[in-house]
Amino acid sequence: MRKLQFHPCGNYSETYEKEITLFETDFGRAAVLIGLIVLFAVVPFITGPYALYVVNIIGITSIAAIGLNILVGFTGQISLGHGAFVGVGAYAGAIMATTLSLPFWIAVPAAGLVTALVGMVFGVPSLRLKGLYLTIATLAGQFIIEYILVHWEGLTRGTMGIVLPSASLFGIVIEGDRSFFFVIFTALIIMTLAAANIMRTRYGRAFIAIRDNDRAAEGMGIPIFRYKLLAFAVSSFYAGFAGALLAYYMISISTEPFNLGLSVEYLAMIIIGGMGSIAGSIFGATFITVLNEVLRWLTDFLMNSGMLEGMQLNMAPLRELVFGAAIVLFILFEPRGLAEVWRIVRSSFRLWPFSY
Amino acid sequence: MNTIPLLQINNISVVYSDVIQVLKGVSLTVERGTIVSLLGSNGAGKTTTLKAISGLLKPENGRVTDGTIMFDSKTVQNSAPEDITRMGIIQVLEGRQPFKYLTIEENLRVGTATRWGKPYKRDMDMIYEYFPPLIKRRKSLAGYCSGGELQMLVIGRALLAHPKLLLLDEPSLGLAPLVVKEIFRIIRRINEEQGTTIILVEQNAAMALQIAHYGYVMENGKIVMEGKAEELRENPDVREFYLGMAASGTTKSYRNVKSYKRRKRWL
Amino acid sequence: MEFFVQLLVNGISIGFLYGLAAMGFVMIFKSSSVLNFAHGELLAAGAFIFLTLVTWAKIPVFVAFLVTLAGSFLLGFIVERLFLRPLIGEPLIYVIMLTVGLASIFKGLMLLVWGGNLYIYPDFLPSTISLQWGNINIPPVYVVAIIIGLFFLTLFGLFFKYSSQGIYMRSVADNQTASLSLGVNVRRVFALSWAIAALVAGMSGIVLGIINGINVHDLSSVGLKVFPVVILGGLDSIGGAILGGLIIGLLETFTGGYLSPSLRDVIPYIALVFILMVKPYGLFGLVEIERV
Repeated sequence: MRKLQFHPCGNYSETYEKEITLFETDFGRAAVLIGLIVLFAVVPFITGPYALYVVNIIGITSIAAIGLNILVGFTGQISLGHGAFVGVGAYAGAIMATTLSLPFWIAVPAAGLVTALVGMVFGVPSLRLKGLYLTIATLAGQFIIEYILVHWEGLTRGTMGIVLPSASLFGIVIEGDRSFFFVIFTALIIMTLAAANIMRTRYGRAFIAIRDNDRAAEGMGIPIFRYKLLAFAVSSFYAGFAGALLAYYMISISTEPFNLGLSVEYLAMIIIGGMGSIAGSIFGATFITVLNEVLRWLTDFLMNSGMLEGMQLNMAPLRELVFGAAIVLFILFEPRGLAEVWRIVRSSFRLWPFSY
Repeated sequence: MNTIPLLQINNISVVYSDVIQVLKGVSLTVERGTIVSLLGSNGAGKTTTLKAISGLLKPENGRVTDGTIMFDSKTVQNSAPEDITRMGIIQVLEGRQPFKYLTIEENLRVGTATRWGKPYKRDMDMIYEYFPPLIKRRKSLAGYCSGGELQMLVIGRALLAHPKLLLLDEPSLGLAPLVVKEIFRIIRRINEEQGTTIILVEQNAAMALQIAHYGYVMENGKIVMEGKAEELRENPDVREFYLGMAASGTTKSYRNVKSYKRRKRWL
Repeated sequence: MEFFVQLLVNGISIGFLYGLAAMGFVMIFKSSSVLNFAHGELLAAGAFIFLTLVTWAKIPVFVAFLVTLAGSFLLGFIVERLFLRPLIGEPLIYVIMLTVGLASIFKGLMLLVWGGNLYIYPDFLPSTISLQWGNINIPPVYVVAIIIGLFFLTLFGLFFKYSSQGIYMRSVADNQTASLSLGVNVRRVFALSWAIAALVAGMSGIVLGIINGINVHDLSSVGLKVFPVVILGGLDSIGGAILGGLIIGLLETFTGGYLSPSLRDVIPYIALVFILMVKPYGLFGLVEIERV
């Protein structure tokens, strides 16, 4: 057996393989493994239905957030249409499950693929547009997709929404929060690993090169348009996959949640979590989801306690306010997000008691 | 007439991003009404010296960490560029940075920023008199002008600010020899007629030493040599390293060895 | 025919308002290259300040109007000072997201104070300034919208073309380092452009409020409609903003009048995608002069 690896003080990578390895130390690998065991063996059995629901939503949201981070954090193409892509995925999954009656395990990835195609369509403007103009194009995409979802009634049943049949995998019917937990988190782990590995290949390096300087990247022989499209496709695949999972989990879907607000929420996740960090996407998804739930709880509490009787306080303003404040504060004080905070905490533990 | 030097740089160090030290104790003195030329190879720290004077280090995350810069017997190191320019120090940036989407005339008007609200018509005529090619292009966008016109434009723009000290960073960069000659002639004229003190950073040492009164040679963030322009022109080291003239053509190999030693002694 | 002309008039006046709103947006973009996602909220803030002054504080309309403009100016100034100045030099996405966050904060605050209800201003425009041609009637507020639009277009056009401060502002947009080296007070330019933008936004907010009533959600969504307008006109052209506003305004009213009301809200974005495909820099946008 080879020697256990601990964190050296400094960067002592001798090969490229070492440089791009996922786990720098055996300790890290073990920690992740233990974390996963705890996650699967303990979490679903000790949490109540509400907590488990929140955890599941975090899982689904994380998948979509990772997708957005690939596009924004790694490739540098700011998208304001991610919420709509999640919606496309949800509807694609729902339509495949009802009209085409495809099984769960086909419908979800297929929804991802459909969304990837749609995403590529909206990525086409990136052929000619850069930076701000592209952002605005994705904003238009958001509105157009929303419009189509509401008004193409033959396909999406408009504002009526679609009710999905229950999912089943390998002959086992997946019902209830606990069984969905296993499906969602298995998917999340696979998607996370996939994303981390994409970033280690030439594709990932090309994405990063485009983000850092697209003209130089082109000069180095990277066909930037193709890679930008690819980034859009991968990112939308994640969004569509998450959307379809969400559709199955929620059983019925409508067009309402997939608005610009959701797109902004996803962007907030990756900013708060940390751009260009896959772990950061998960942190961000957790942060925003928990924040949403806390705010909901808080407004309920305030309403019921009678403290603010007479004041027409409802959920919306408080949510908007706190949400905006979270974004602004993170950008002003920790623009690299929770991932950076996590790194600092971790390294201060690692270096204790001899920092420096 | 004031006898204290216009600019006195006393042993300054400049550090970028808190880690990269570019200037290591540079001192120089600029007398009123003179042209001082700052020579040196790429990366010697000439541009950084200029930026330290004009306060433009800040946007690049640089800082004067040590030493003082006295302008008109006031310390100016690490002041905001807005304040420094108002005291009369104007830098002409390297590589001609016009406002591409403004016309030539509008470009020139930006030069009046330090004395906003004061009349500028006569100065404008003066600039056109110095740089006749600009008159024809008055109304055209600067982005579409030639390199020579742009160099005239940026110098003219700086003159509109009525600088006491003009910092010129490589005005000859990428220009045809004849245009370079023309520009240097005008620089000399500005110095003589307006009495503007000029610091001239140049790669083209031969040209620079022809119009300058005094010169400094920089290497690796330090000043390694200084002297009157004509002395520097005659100095064998400068001749060889910066003017590209071998002291004698015949004993080349022997010369190389010796000049290597000489160079070593400097550093 | 009458219907057509009525739509035309409505379209033009709505268009002028979009153009006005877009003008402030363009101003911020021109000077500091920031896409302001909080523009709709600035609009709404103007409308609500005016509402409060007129209905609650019962200040005379004209005074209230001036106070609102001053307040908006100050608001823009403060926003720049507190939130955008620390971000000078940071990557684009942080600045964009900051304005998104600000939009959220403003919206939340306004909802807290005024709620999501629809308010209307008391009727104060004299009916004598309405125009009448045969059966076609142009209500006073549309007349006012057109007048204000034209007035400010000319004002800002002159300001940017001829005034020194306007030229300094353009120079900062063009090359920040160079303008710093010439002593342009870049921070003042940023602050000024935000303040002016907020002022113009506040004013268009008031006029829009007179036409459609005042509601936080409606007014802030106008902020997003600014995007097709500015893309059409070119992100950095003041005149283009007005023209883009007119085109989008007409497109909207005619789509709403002849095709379907539901398409009305999305047609600007369809137009937007189309424009981006055909003419990425808009009708009057500056083609990037790249010298490598």
